[in-house]
Amino acid sequence: MSDVHANIQALDACLAHARENGAEQFAFLGDLVGYGGSPNEVLARVMQLAAEGAFVVAGNHDHMALRPPATTERIGESTAKWTHDQLTPAHRDFLDSLPLTRQVESCLLVHASADAPERWRYVDDERSAAASLEAACTQPDIRYVFGGHVHHQALYYKGAGRGLMAFKPTAGVPIPTPAHRQWIATVGSVGQPRDGKPLAMYAIFDTTHPKLTFHRVAYDHMTAATAIRQAGLPDYFAHRLEEGR
Amino acid sequence: MKLLEPGTLVDGFVIGECIHSGGMAHIYSVTYENAAVSTGFPMVMKIPRMTAGDGAENIISFEVEHQLMQVLTGPHVPRFVAAGDLDRLPYLVMEHVPGKTLNHWLSEPGKPVEPVSMEELARLGAAVAQALHSLHKQNACHLDLKPANVLIRPDGTAVLLDFGLSCHAHYPDLLAEELRKAVGSPAWIAPEQIVGVRGDPRSDLFALGVMLYELATGELPFGNPQTPAGMRQRLWMDPPPPRKARPDMSEWMQEVILRCLEPEAVNRFPSAAHLAFELGNPAQILVTARGKRTAGTGFWEHFKRWIRASGLEYKPSPLPVQQIEQVPIIMVAVPHHDVSDATLYSLREAVARSLGIRPGARLVCVTVISSSQTSSTESEKSETRVHRWHLSRLQQWAQPLDLSQHQTSFHVLESGDVAQALLAYAEGNQVSMIIMGAATHGLQMQRFLATVPIKVAMEASCTVILVKQSLPFEHLAAVAA
Repeated sequence: MSDVHANIQALDACLAHARENGAEQFAFLGDLVGYGGSPNEVLARVMQLAAEGAFVVAGNHDHMALRPPATTERIGESTAKWTHDQLTPAHRDFLDSLPLTRQVESCLLVHASADAPERWRYVDDERSAAASLEAACTQPDIRYVFGGHVHHQALYYKGAGRGLMAFKPTAGVPIPTPAHRQWIATVGSVGQPRDGKPLAMYAIFDTTHPKLTFHRVAYDHMTAATAIRQAGLPDYFAHRLEEGR
Repeated sequence: MKLLEPGTLVDGFVIGECIHSGGMAHIYSVTYENAAVSTGFPMVMKIPRMTAGDGAENIISFEVEHQLMQVLTGPHVPRFVAAGDLDRLPYLVMEHVPGKTLNHWLSEPGKPVEPVSMEELARLGAAVAQALHSLHKQNACHLDLKPANVLIRPDGTAVLLDFGLSCHAHYPDLLAEELRKAVGSPAWIAPEQIVGVRGDPRSDLFALGVMLYELATGELPFGNPQTPAGMRQRLWMDPPPPRKARPDMSEWMQEVILRCLEPEAVNRFPSAAHLAFELGNPAQILVTARGKRTAGTGFWEHFKRWIRASGLEYKPSPLPVQQIEQVPIIMVAVPHHDVSDATLYSLREAVARSLGIRPGARLVCVTVISSSQTSSTESEKSETRVHRWHLSRLQQWAQPLDLSQHQTSFHVLESGDVAQALLAYAEGNQVSMIIMGAATHGLQMQRFLATVPIKVAMEASCTVILVKQSLPFEHLAAVAA
């Protein structure tokens, strides 16, 4: 799961959906907070899961909430200060402790691109995906790179040629991803979908029979939008959740 | 790669005799080691050749087939049983379908066969088209159709084999690459595949056209080219009209074959269902100059097209399912007795609306008469006479519709059970939508038993629109004045 963005309704819906579909281990690929109205609830939930063994890496919005910019240039940054003020010291310590990448067996977890993770480069086409995959595979045994940051679901793979090919997955269809190939996926955003559908996104990876299933999950986006308005955050972010844009 | 000895155990299967030893794989008949287990049908195991000397494309195409066999369903593909892990022990176990491949109908040196009769050709073509439509509806394209990959069961239905070069819209296409390259068998491959476009269901219709041409004439329409330039010929070249080699071929059959072989996919049949429909209803095929030709295309015409083809660009195609949903076959059941003008009017309005939003749709107008209406002895009630009367009634009914953009045909079905007749016809012709009156076909019985529209609506596997009658007031006013 990636880019929860302080949306507890979406997170809980995805957790329930994932458990129903047999998920045994959770991984969070960054941007737990920012934009949304429920940072404390999301952090409480994720810290609990982390204590139970979930993997968590940091995203740019997590860093921004720790050290909010004094002046905001972009509207996306405007929620960082508010988020910072909401967080308890325990939450801040947790966010501060998060690594930029994490290797779990043959998988590399990273928020943006494995090629200089601290620069938060977008993986949004074949070339950027190839750069991330290539950087990840300098570490031995890596066959899979899972990331977020771009808020859409995509799978990049090696076709018959030399470069990577992009594939747009169909939600709910398990895609065989045998380990003799290398794969890089962006799993989409749990808490702020932007493709016009107010449906949370995440993916389940079956490590025994390597299969990757992208999911879309309906959640109570009206309540999530209300939380943003009640927090006094810009209405733009509430409206965005209602429309899924 | 060495052959496995009969009796060898592989993951709980006992290897039997090797029934096929091809360039890509060995195929063995197998049984379960545990005699208590049974699928109820004979099985084969396909093991790819994977030693160092066998090319990488072998392995990729086995991976593709491995992926597809596990998700394809229906009577037109072999049933899937088990798959071995690609890393450890790659194999596929599937149903051993009884029957003969299309090669059986083709002669080879030393194996002369009777030329295929025209009736049989139409039957074979329709069977393969039905199988293709079933595949396309599952969002997959075969892309390597050739006589060896099409099996005809003893009951005449077709089963498609070997999905090693296929592509399925739900899975990454492992054979695609950024520098587009032709993937397929040179003699049967469609022009768009030659420039690397994979995933258009109409590519399979081209390959079917090549097979029909081959079955009819014994010749390949574009030869068996071995070079890229040779393969590109089909982008601009017309094959010699098959009626030149087979004078007994009807114009409509040539029309069908040559329409399949159109270089641009958009000029072929819009879906395999449309093709199957034409082959099943040849009397109403609109024969164009394409069907009538008996002489080959001249040099200058080919030269012009060669120039045009060199600039031709192919765009990636939409998903197979999306593409065939845009060109449905719509069937309207027009009652012929106990029916008010208002109902007939409303039915026509509903058809006009349905066609209006689906430019490529095909319209099939059907009426069901009872067998007692015809008689083989009385000339007044002779079958052709009665049919002709009903056909002309159907045509009059459809006359106000604008059908310029839609292939349309008219059919009189004879049956004692109207609902069954409609259902069977819809099923057999891959109809996507049935339009009928909500209160037609035996209204007076409605209180006592399920009426025909209810029965059709409940049992049909496609969408059914039940139309309520409503006569527009303008129309009434016009009549009153």
